[in-house]
Amino acid sequence: MADAGAGIANGSVPKLRAEGLCKTYPSAGGPGDVAALRDVEFEVGAGEFVSIVGPSGCGKSTLFSIIAGLIRPSAGNVLLDGSEPKQLLGEIGYMLQRDLLMPWRTVLDNTTVGLELNGVSRRKARRRALDEFERFGLTGFERHWPAKLSGGMRQRAALLRTFLAGRQVMLLDEPFGALDALTRQRMQEWLLDIWQEDSKTIVFVTHDVEEAVFLSDRVHVMSGRPGRIVLSLEVDLPRPRNPQVTMTEKFLGLKQRLMEPLEEAIGPPGKREA
Amino acid sequence: MATAGSVMGLGRRARPRGPASIGRRLGRAAKGALPPLVFAAIALGLWQLYATVSGVSSATLPKPTEIAKALVEERSLLLENAWVTIEEILLGFGLAIVVGIILAVLIRSSRIIERAIYPWLVASQMVPIPAIAPLIVIWTGFDLRPKVIVIALVCFFPITVNAIDGLRAADPELLNLLKTLRAGRWQRFRKAQLPAALPFIFSGLKVGAAFSVIGAVFAEWVGSSEGLGYLILLLNNQTATTAMFAVIVVLAAIGIGLFLLVRLLEHLALPWYYEGRGEEPEGLGIDTGQS
Repeated sequence: MADAGAGIANGSVPKLRAEGLCKTYPSAGGPGDVAALRDVEFEVGAGEFVSIVGPSGCGKSTLFSIIAGLIRPSAGNVLLDGSEPKQLLGEIGYMLQRDLLMPWRTVLDNTTVGLELNGVSRRKARRRALDEFERFGLTGFERHWPAKLSGGMRQRAALLRTFLAGRQVMLLDEPFGALDALTRQRMQEWLLDIWQEDSKTIVFVTHDVEEAVFLSDRVHVMSGRPGRIVLSLEVDLPRPRNPQVTMTEKFLGLKQRLMEPLEEAIGPPGKREA
Repeated sequence: MATAGSVMGLGRRARPRGPASIGRRLGRAAKGALPPLVFAAIALGLWQLYATVSGVSSATLPKPTEIAKALVEERSLLLENAWVTIEEILLGFGLAIVVGIILAVLIRSSRIIERAIYPWLVASQMVPIPAIAPLIVIWTGFDLRPKVIVIALVCFFPITVNAIDGLRAADPELLNLLKTLRAGRWQRFRKAQLPAALPFIFSGLKVGAAFSVIGAVFAEWVGSSEGLGYLILLLNNQTATTAMFAVIVVLAAIGIGLFLLVRLLEHLALPWYYEGRGEEPEGLGIDTGQS
């Protein structure tokens, strides 16, 4: 493998592998194509928590849509457990910054939608969801309309919907991006708890380096357009982690190393896009 | 039923309600009904006063009290014909709903169908219905059919246009999310596009309901031997102005009744739309529903 940093430590088959992913879009007004992704390559081991950080517009969302199977790459493959699935769409859990809860369904019925779509009866689906409501901090809000929930609760409900769908790999695209700092901190700790209990494989997109380091086993930095991975770092901080870890020298050192290529990608402050 | 859901009170019907909400809602409804009622009372009072003082003949402008009297005296004639018109309206409106929504779904289901049909749909509204109504009578006869068709023609358009907009309203990201949850096209339609479209569809239904009465009167003018529209023509020939006003009152009542019925169904079908915002539209419900 060309990118040594992107490999996983042990020699086993990775849960998820992105192989030379490229995506170009036909340009809207001018000649030539616009390259959104160039040769993106990384691996995620089973049960790993991997983050991808990058400036806005670096193609993170394109990358996610490809891995989720929503759009096809111009080149490259996505492998699950070492082989290319017949159909990628539907094999991977997916959650965005916007909670996308359906306003016409109660909180409970929003969380069960993935189960329902997989043929689980409404009764069974509700029972399974209710079992998780406490852990997801949603107890007492089962019959509420989503509009009445706080931002943090809405994200937890959205995450529960993704969890209950039962995919082993989950893509979380800036799930806490719209939350205030304090709620965000709590949600990060809570997510780590959930992840450790359930041994899911998580790919997490964020533009917040601190969030990425705090949560992940490994962090990949993407450059600006066309997006490609310019740095991959192992985060060998002990787990379970608590917020104090963000004050340690090691944490700050990792953060520093990740910031450098990121700042390069964004450019000097004067030229930064709004 | 001993399902987990119903044991825990999670059945679909058991929606949460604030404890004081029914009383509060009634109070609010009463408060909302007061201004239009007071306004109507003042307007009727002025009308009565003018008709009395000016000595205008009741063949030109009957007094409200005379109209009320006519309503009571002619009640059997009015009721008999009202039923005819109500039947036409319900059938025509129902046909418009079915056709309107099917058209909207078809148009939204394929680009080619949209391009082929949509312009003609708009063009159809440029054709004056009064001009083609006699044709419809020639083709279908004097029975219920031409009335139902004319009413449907008059009120399907707002239903279709609103339904088309509504079927566009579903968040594309939500549809993508459902795809990742393995929802097929039909499931995406049923679970996301249709519920997202319902508030729009109900807006169209409310406009359609208002149009349907106009359609019914018109259809009866073209060819009928019964119904309230026919009655107006008949009374007009006899210069029975007071009775004509009574018919108009009944027609208005039918229109308002149909509108309120649609609104009631809307509230029952879309609890999330109203409760989720914690704000109920005020008034008798004669407003547009937007606040």
